[in-house]
Amino acid sequence: MAEPVVNPDGPMGQNEGGDATRRDFIHIAAGAAAAGAGVMVAWPLINQMSPAADTLALASIEFDMSKVQEGQQVVIKWQGKPVFVRYRTPAELQKVEAEGAVGSPAQTDAERTKAGHEKYLVVIGSCTHLGCVPTFNAGEYGGWFCPCHGSHYDASGRIRKGPAPLNLIVPAYEYLSDTRVKIG
Amino acid sequence: MSNHESTYVPKTAVERWLDTRLPIVRFGMDYANLPTPRNLNYWWTFGGILAICLMTQIITGIVLAMHYTPHIDMAFASVERIMRDVPGGWLIRYVHANGASMFFIAVYLHMLRGLYYGSYKAPREMIWIVGCVIFFLMIATAFLGYVLPWGQMSFWGAEVITNLIGAIPVVGEPILVWLRGGPAIDNATLNRFFSLHYLLPFVILGCVVLHLWALHAAGQNNPVGILIPKDREKKDTLPFHPYFTVKDGFAIILFFIMFAVFVFYNPNALGHADNYIPANPLVTPAHIVPEWYMLPFYAILRAVPDKFGGVVAMFAAIGVLFVLPWLDTSKVRSMRYRPTMKTFFIIFLFVCFGLGWCGAQLPDAPVVPGMPSFNLIDGQLNSYLWLTRFLTIYYFVFFIVLMPLVGLKEKPLLIPATISEPVLPTTEAEKV
Amino acid sequence: MNNEKKMSFRKIIACAVAAAGIVAVASPALAAGGAKHPRDGGFSFNGPFGTFDQGQLQRGYKVYREVCSSCHGMDHVHFRNLGDKHGPFWNPAYPNPNDNPVVKALAKEIQVADIDSETGESLMRDATTADKFPNPYPNATAAAAGNGGAAPPDLSVMAKARHDGANYIYSLLSGYVAPPKGLKIAPGQNYNPYMSGDLTPFWEGKGPAPKGGFIAMPPQLTNGQVTYDDGTEATVDQMAKDVAAFIMWTSEPKMVERKQAGFGVLIFLLMFAGITYASYRKIWKGVAH
Repeated sequence: MAEPVVNPDGPMGQNEGGDATRRDFIHIAAGAAAAGAGVMVAWPLINQMSPAADTLALASIEFDMSKVQEGQQVVIKWQGKPVFVRYRTPAELQKVEAEGAVGSPAQTDAERTKAGHEKYLVVIGSCTHLGCVPTFNAGEYGGWFCPCHGSHYDASGRIRKGPAPLNLIVPAYEYLSDTRVKIG
Repeated sequence: MSNHESTYVPKTAVERWLDTRLPIVRFGMDYANLPTPRNLNYWWTFGGILAICLMTQIITGIVLAMHYTPHIDMAFASVERIMRDVPGGWLIRYVHANGASMFFIAVYLHMLRGLYYGSYKAPREMIWIVGCVIFFLMIATAFLGYVLPWGQMSFWGAEVITNLIGAIPVVGEPILVWLRGGPAIDNATLNRFFSLHYLLPFVILGCVVLHLWALHAAGQNNPVGILIPKDREKKDTLPFHPYFTVKDGFAIILFFIMFAVFVFYNPNALGHADNYIPANPLVTPAHIVPEWYMLPFYAILRAVPDKFGGVVAMFAAIGVLFVLPWLDTSKVRSMRYRPTMKTFFIIFLFVCFGLGWCGAQLPDAPVVPGMPSFNLIDGQLNSYLWLTRFLTIYYFVFFIVLMPLVGLKEKPLLIPATISEPVLPTTEAEKV
Repeated sequence: MNNEKKMSFRKIIACAVAAAGIVAVASPALAAGGAKHPRDGGFSFNGPFGTFDQGQLQRGYKVYREVCSSCHGMDHVHFRNLGDKHGPFWNPAYPNPNDNPVVKALAKEIQVADIDSETGESLMRDATTADKFPNPYPNATAAAAGNGGAAPPDLSVMAKARHDGANYIYSLLSGYVAPPKGLKIAPGQNYNPYMSGDLTPFWEGKGPAPKGGFIAMPPQLTNGQVTYDDGTEATVDQMAKDVAAFIMWTSEPKMVERKQAGFGVLIFLLMFAGITYASYRKIWKGVAH
C-alpha cells in the first residue's frame, strides 16, 4: 500500500539537492529566534547580580578630623571598607615629603593630600595586593605593614616593598570646613 | 518505543573515545531519534511545556533566593527590595509568582489529557503514579513558596493549612508543634519553609527523571490508545526530532505568549491583594482563600462537616488518583471509543471547575440569590455548602463507582487496528 | 489532515481561553464585600500603554508629604526613588537619581533620625537621597497608641494591597459622606461608603444596612488645603486623585518599564511563533498524522 509515510524530501527538505539553502532558511530562522530568546532570557538573570539601587545609593560619610590625635590614625567604615585617617607627626611628614615621588605609581606626598591639610592622610585601608587590612605604624618605612603577604607602605601610604602592586588608594573626599571632611 | 535499538554510530576518534567512557552523545541521539507515535495531538505538548515551567521556576527561584531574607521582620521588605532595587528584580519575581500558576494550568491539562486518553492504564501505571507524586510535591512546593513573602495571605494560609495536621487524632497536636517549630507560625516556621521550598523542586526534578524513564520503558500512549505492534513501528512512528521538537516548541511559544500577558500586563491578577499587607498575627483577613489552583481541594475540605473528615476527604481526592489504574476496568484506553465514559468525563470536567468556583465562595452564600430554599441538616440547600457537597460526591463517584462500573458495562466503539488508520484517506484505510 | 490540524488548533486556543477564564473568575470573586464599588479616577496609567502623569505624581507627592505623612509611613520608598525613571521628579539629565538636585533638595527638607558616627548618640539630621521616607512613629505600638488603637497602615504598596487600588484610594479619600440616619457610630469611628465591612449590626434604620464600613481615619482633605506648584486648583477630588496616583506609583514603580518590556516581548514571541509555525508546517508537509 502506498502510504505517504514521511515527507519524501526528508523532514528538513535536505534530500532535495541544490535547493537546500532556500528550504533551510525557515528552520535556520526559527533556530536563530530560539537562540535570541535564550540570550534575552539570560540577560536579566545575569544582570540581577549587579549592585542594586540601594547599594549604589550608599551615602557618603562625614568625619571630624579633630578627633584624630597627632601620630595616630582613626579607622572608619565607608561603603563596607575601612578608611584610614592619619594625623602624621612633623617628623613623618618631613620624611615623606623629602622622598619626592616614590611608590607605584611614583607620587609625591602632595599629590596624595589636600593643599592646606597636608598633615592628614586619608586612604582606603585595604592592601592593594589581596585586600587585607595593613597594620598601623609597622614595617620598614614607618607607615603600614600588611601581615598577610608582607607589603611595606610608608607614612604616605605608598608601596615601598613587598608584593602589593599599587599605593594605598586615596578615596574621593573634600573638606567641608577646616576640620570636617566628606568622604565619597 | 520500549525496546528501541540505539542507531548511533560514533564517527570520529573523539566520539568513539567518549562513547566508551560516557555515552552521553548516544543518549542524546537516542532521545532525538526516539520513535514517537505520529498521531500525537497538541494535548501531548504539555509534557514539554511542563519541563520548561519547572526549569523556569527553578532558575528564577535560585535567583530570588540570592536576594530574599527568610526572617519575619525582613521577608516582606526583602521582597519589596527585589521589586524596587534589584536590577530587573520585578521581572524575575513576577515570572516566578505567575510561573506557579502557569505550571498548574499546564499540569491540570496534562493530567486531564492522561485521564481522557487512558494514559494511566497498563503498561503505563508507573508513569501515572510518579506523575501523581510530582503533582502532590508541586502542591506542597507552591504552598511553601506562597508563605515566603510574609504577607497576610502567606501567614494565614500557613496557619490554616498547618492546622489541618492538627486535626489528626492524638498525634496531630504534637506533630503540628513540631512542624511549626513552636506554638504558632513564627520565624522558625518561615525559615524551615524557605529551606523546604528550595529543596522540593529538586525532588520534583528527580521524579521527572523517573517519569521520563518510565515513559521511555513503556512507550508513549497516543490518541487512539492502542499499542503499536512491532512490525508497524516504522509506519506508525516518527523520530522525535525534528517532528515533535518543532511541534512542542511551537506549543511552548504559544504558552509563553499567555504567560507573558500575565507577567507584563496583569502580574497580580492571579494573586490576592491581601498579600501586599505585611503579615499580622493579630488580625485575620476577612476572607481567606488559597491560590486558584488549590481551590477545588479547598472546597472538598470544607464540604465535610467534620474537621478531620475534611482533611481525609481532601487527601483522598488526591490519593484516589494513585489507584486510578486499578479502578478503571475498561479494556479500551482512549475515551474516543468510549462514548458513555466520555459523557461522564465531560461532567467531571465541569465538576472540577465547579469545585474551584465553590472554593472561592463563602459556604453560606446563596448560589442563586433570591431563590427560595430550605434548611437541609446544617445549611440552606441553596448555598455553596450544599453545591460543594454534591460536586464532591460526583468527584468521588466518578473514580470509585463509574470507573469500575462503566468499564464493565459499556460497549466501546470499534477501535482501529493501527494508529495510522484514522489519519489516512478512507480508501487507504479500507485496504488495511 | 488539514482539518484535523485546524481542529487541534481550535482546541488548544479554547483550552487556553478556558484556563484563563477559570482563573479570571476564581480570584476576584471575593473582593468588595459590602462596600460601594470604587469610582473610576480616569487615571493615565490605565490600559496596556498607560504611563504615569509626572505632574500628577508631583502633586501627589505634595499631598502625601503635607497631609498623609504626618500619620502614614512609606517604609519601602526612598527619597532617591523620586528621581527614578518614570518617577515624579525624573530628569533624563540625571540618570543617577542621587545626583538630581530637585530630589536632593526635597530630601534635605525632611529630618531623619540617625546615630552620631562618633559619639553613638541619636540625633536628627537632614535626609539624603539614600534615606527612606521617615516613619512618623517609632514603632507600630506607638502608631496604634497615638491613633486610638488603629495604627495607620504603611502606604508603600497600598494600591496593590486593596482591590482596584488606585480607584479605591481615590474614592475613599473623596467619598466621605454624612452617615445615614439610623447608623450607630462608635466614638473614634467614621462612616465611609467605600470602606469594606458589614454594617448590619449597627443599623437601626429602615431597609437593608447601607453599603460601606467604619474607618478610624476622619476625612483629611479640605478644598485648598495644599498649594500646588503648577497652579492646579486643589479641590478635594483633585487631591484625592493625585495622591492615589502617587501611591499607585510607589506601589508599582516599575509599571511603565514593565509594560514597555512586555510590548517588546510579545512582538518577539508573536514573530517567533510565526517562524516556528512555518518551520513546523514545512517539516510536517506531506506527513500523515
